[in-house]
Amino acid sequence: MTIPEGLRYTREHEWIRVLEEGRGRVGITHHAQDELGDVVFVELPRTGDELGGDDVFGTVESVKAVSDLYSPVSGRVTEVNESLEEQPELVNDDPYGEGWMIQVELSDPAELDGLMSAQEYASYVSEESGH
Amino acid sequence: MRRTPLYHAHLERKARMVDFAGWEMPVQYAGALKEHLAVRTAAGLFDVSHMGQIEIRGPDALEFTQYMTCNDLSRLDEGQAQYSALLYPEGTFVDDIVIYRIHAGHLLLCVNASNREKDAQWLLEHRRGDVEIRDASDEYAQLALQGPRSQEILQPLTMLDLDSLPYYRFTLGRVADADCLVSRTGYTGEDGFELYVSPQKAAKVWNDVLDAGGPAGIQPAGLAARNTLRLEVRYLLYGNDIDETTNSWEAGLGWIVDMDQGPFMGREALYRIRQEGPARRLAGFEITGRGIARDHDPVLIDGTRTSQVASGSYSPSGRKSIGLAYLPVEKAVPGQELEIENRRRLLPAVVVKTPFYRRR
Repeated sequence: MTIPEGLRYTREHEWIRVLEEGRGRVGITHHAQDELGDVVFVELPRTGDELGGDDVFGTVESVKAVSDLYSPVSGRVTEVNESLEEQPELVNDDPYGEGWMIQVELSDPAELDGLMSAQEYASYVSEESGH
Repeated sequence: MRRTPLYHAHLERKARMVDFAGWEMPVQYAGALKEHLAVRTAAGLFDVSHMGQIEIRGPDALEFTQYMTCNDLSRLDEGQAQYSALLYPEGTFVDDIVIYRIHAGHLLLCVNASNREKDAQWLLEHRRGDVEIRDASDEYAQLALQGPRSQEILQPLTMLDLDSLPYYRFTLGRVADADCLVSRTGYTGEDGFELYVSPQKAAKVWNDVLDAGGPAGIQPAGLAARNTLRLEVRYLLYGNDIDETTNSWEAGLGWIVDMDQGPFMGREALYRIRQEGPARRLAGFEITGRGIARDHDPVLIDGTRTSQVASGSYSPSGRKSIGLAYLPVEKAVPGQELEIENRRRLLPAVVVKTPFYRRR
């Protein structure tokens, strides 16, 4: 299982990478894309949208399932990954890199402390899948 | 849960397994899209051993089966297969099946996994004449090799002349050192073969075909690809598109009904329904934007819930979402606008001609 250090993780299988003071990039984890299978559509918010923590900010659809995307933190959307419009498979191929989804300006960086570390997420996933 | 003889072969090839009709089956290996496209452009190999096989033997086997099914069996030659259905007296479906005419006294019915016991019971209840009816499902593993390169992959594994085996014909012979019934049939809309083989030999045939097909780009393929492939060519799925509440006329399966073959189970009801004209029809639609219509999603016409999606999925060939739904006949025409309610959203859709995909 691929879970990079340094990112923060949600129970809904999103990750957030803190880029610079007050900004974070958000995507879904390797585990999440693996469970979904081939991603064929990604619906994302618009730049400028305000998100509350735990808000649904979009959906990701694979051949077999559809899943909501939950915002790890509250804040304003400053960028969305336009490449996913034409190449949704980037979510499968590179979930922590080219397959990122949105960038947000955090309204409260302290919210990050409520998310899981890589290690915590790893044990969360293995508990969830019952191994 | 039931397992096919290829269960361990699937695990070795890193399949993701799911429950399907009480069977633990591979849903995908490398990925549904990759497997789908492999079948459209090269070849894919499916384990369809969950399908049931019912044997009907005896001097009256042909006459009995003719009565119990809606297509005209008398026109079949030995070594010919036919798509047909078992019907209730009401004209609705017990099951859709493929009948293999080995000879007039020996027919083999390939039936849906979910209907196997029901079908066998149904046939036994209506048994007449000198016939023996036997659920032989446990004696067969079934492999489906599908895709334009199927023949070139299979030919080196057998002395049978595959070139002289036309569509919906079958023959008995050895493949990969195993006795097989080899039929030129399938559920994907591509050229291909289905192999019926004893469970003990199944793993060897499976592995030999995959090895032989390696250079051609064969992929082991799972139920996810099987579903998107069959939906693109509008092959119906029992339980989704047809069942005990639907009839051949509204399902668009009039072509497997021969009203002139003489009496058969369900004929009178089908005659009456045809006279009255069916009230609804199974129509194809595509989603005009993003989003995927899923099985059972509500279908709206002019803002009113009208029916449900029978089958809905993504179409890898068309790179859009497609589906089938029963619609009032006057609405089941290309160009009719629909909305599909998928979770909190209404997806705009339009009725289109089917099939959604045609082999080039």
